[in-house]
Amino acid sequence: MNNRKENTSLLIKGGHLIDPAARIDAPMDVLLKDGRVAEVAPPNKIKSADEKFDARGLIVAPGFIDLHVHLREPGQTYKETIATGTAAAAAGGFTSVCTMPNTVPVVDSVEWIEWLRQPERGAVVNVFGIAAATRASKGAALTDFRALHTAGAVAVTDDGKPILDDRIMREALILGGELNFPVVQHAEDTRMTENCSMHAGARSFRLGLRGMTAAAEASIVERDVQLAMQIPNARLHVAHLSTADALKSVRRGKRAKARVTFEVTPHHFTLTDEDMRDYDSNYKMNPPLRSASDLEAILAALADGTVDAIATDHAPHAAHEKEMEFERAAFGITGLETALALAITRLHREKRIPLARIVELFTAGPARCFDLRGRGSLVRGSVADVTIFDPKKKWTFDVAKSRSKSKNTPFDGWQLTGKVVATMVGGKIVYSA
Amino acid sequence: MNPARGSLLGIEHLEASEILRILKFARRMNPDRPRPLLKGRRVLLLFYEASTRTRSSFEIAAKSMGAHTVLIQAIGSSIEKGESLLDTGYTVRAVGADIIVIRHPNAGAPYIMAQHIDVPVINAGDGLHEHPSQALLDAYTILRNKKAFKGLQIAIVGDIFHSRVARSACHLLSKFGVKIVLCGPPELVPDIASTLAPGVRVTRHIEDALRGTDVVMLLRVQKERLSGLNIDLPEYIARYQMTPARLKMAKKDAIVMHPGPIIRGLELTSEIADGAQARILEEVRLGVPTRMAILARAMGRMR
Repeated sequence: MNNRKENTSLLIKGGHLIDPAARIDAPMDVLLKDGRVAEVAPPNKIKSADEKFDARGLIVAPGFIDLHVHLREPGQTYKETIATGTAAAAAGGFTSVCTMPNTVPVVDSVEWIEWLRQPERGAVVNVFGIAAATRASKGAALTDFRALHTAGAVAVTDDGKPILDDRIMREALILGGELNFPVVQHAEDTRMTENCSMHAGARSFRLGLRGMTAAAEASIVERDVQLAMQIPNARLHVAHLSTADALKSVRRGKRAKARVTFEVTPHHFTLTDEDMRDYDSNYKMNPPLRSASDLEAILAALADGTVDAIATDHAPHAAHEKEMEFERAAFGITGLETALALAITRLHREKRIPLARIVELFTAGPARCFDLRGRGSLVRGSVADVTIFDPKKKWTFDVAKSRSKSKNTPFDGWQLTGKVVATMVGGKIVYSA
Repeated sequence: MNPARGSLLGIEHLEASEILRILKFARRMNPDRPRPLLKGRRVLLLFYEASTRTRSSFEIAAKSMGAHTVLIQAIGSSIEKGESLLDTGYTVRAVGADIIVIRHPNAGAPYIMAQHIDVPVINAGDGLHEHPSQALLDAYTILRNKKAFKGLQIAIVGDIFHSRVARSACHLLSKFGVKIVLCGPPELVPDIASTLAPGVRVTRHIEDALRGTDVVMLLRVQKERLSGLNIDLPEYIARYQMTPARLKMAKKDAIVMHPGPIIRGLELTSEIADGAQARILEEVRLGVPTRMAILARAMGRMR
């Protein structure tokens, strides 16, 4: 598919277009040409095209954007590569992924940001680099934000670890504010979570596992929101928010018109700490699965428009890093191929959240968080990234068929509703079911 | 893979009837009158953590039933060289283990082992989680002294948070309707501990815990597991140490138990440890027949 001529046009015909940024939720045909959206029109108005895609009975949406994936390159290719990770992304309907810098070495320089984009990496969807906020993510000295921003990094973070030091976080938000550069925080007061492996609650006490308190997340989010309210133009993005208390801080910041955005993950709106069985480390991630009341608060925020984006925190690990003592196993689960189906199953079918809102959380919402211009919408002139899915299709996720190099997911064998049918990047089909 | 039949991973999911069956069989076991129920069997004792009582007790139990025992300790084995838990498991299975007894510093380690190895796995203590053989021998000790569980009240005093003994004891005694009062400072006895099992309550006051109690179980303050908790030992002693004066608040015929190792002068005084109400050595003694029953059950010989 990739060697098709540049000027080929593709007409997506007969589908139902949901483009929240353009306020469209109606039957529409979409013409892609030269890597851009050439036209959006009611059914049968667009006549000529080199090729057609029959989208009858399907939802046509702007290409999905995942703000939080670990593609593990450079350095940890035994877990994932940019090629395998983006193949999984395409299968999950994602046309753009933002990759985290906690690699070996840490992506903290212009050279590495550029390296991520080289054709040799074999990416099948767009890869946007997020650079380290501090050198080697050691939390001591800021990286060269200006150069990284110019080189195309979409944000900075020390993800996997928090930026703990008040002074460094303040400096990061000040400099980020000057450059209009989001600072992404993995909110965890690691001084409170040493040796912890799940959420602190009745379940962790019963299992004899040291628990991460909700306060360890909420206290950092509260501090960061306060800073974002004080510092002009600061842009704070809270990664994988998981607790009701942290949500309160973010709501306060948003009400005060601070530039605070945040993402939630499919596993945090699907599972709680009570769901883990028999020390199965596929239920171990950071932040951990939280209490039922945290989950309820997140569902409410998804429904009422507070949440900016759904992001997977796709975190592949090799079997030997997971099949071991729970307390010693690596944190993280894969998520690219199950995100949409979990959103449709849990949020749309069970919680009656409209499909348009769900599409927004995968498209316009994340595009706004990191200023991904020309993406997240299919208005004429946008990049021709399109996700086409069947919201009613029932299927069973089989991890053995995953395109990711790693198989660490708690959702193996889950019966889900909603399946990606085709993924198009720059007008070309990179995945079709 | 489901754990092999005869595995003993914890008390929480064990039926009350099965507990009674084990205790009944334990009463028939006597290490001084050997019975060759495990003749020729190989019991692998996999100890990733220090142990005196549990290890020697399992070893004597196995040998008095005719089994061979092999002790593997973290220090001086491939574990030290970085071999994973499961690889060690596969190795001892390949060597010919019929039963694996495992003590491990991480909660759930016996579960991981049992999910991958096709011989019975016996949990000899996993991190902060459970210590089922200790709970069974404690239940045996209580029954020897109190005849029945019905109507009993037990006070468990000390470091509940870090105690797998306390967790297993709560699960076991709760199944028989025993009233359980957990007592200690919030750092060691978090409020959430009351959710462990039905009939469990938390108190900060030793008087409240002891009043009318039939059994007093003392726990050691586990300095090696405190990891950053700041416990003021003199204050702990002032508020919670078991002394003859305090023990008077319990029922006259109350017994004092302790899973050991005891630290004289900390959680209890020597008068208590050596006193008439102490059953600490009886617990150790009953550990052997209890573990004989557990091993016989593992091999399907508990009949």
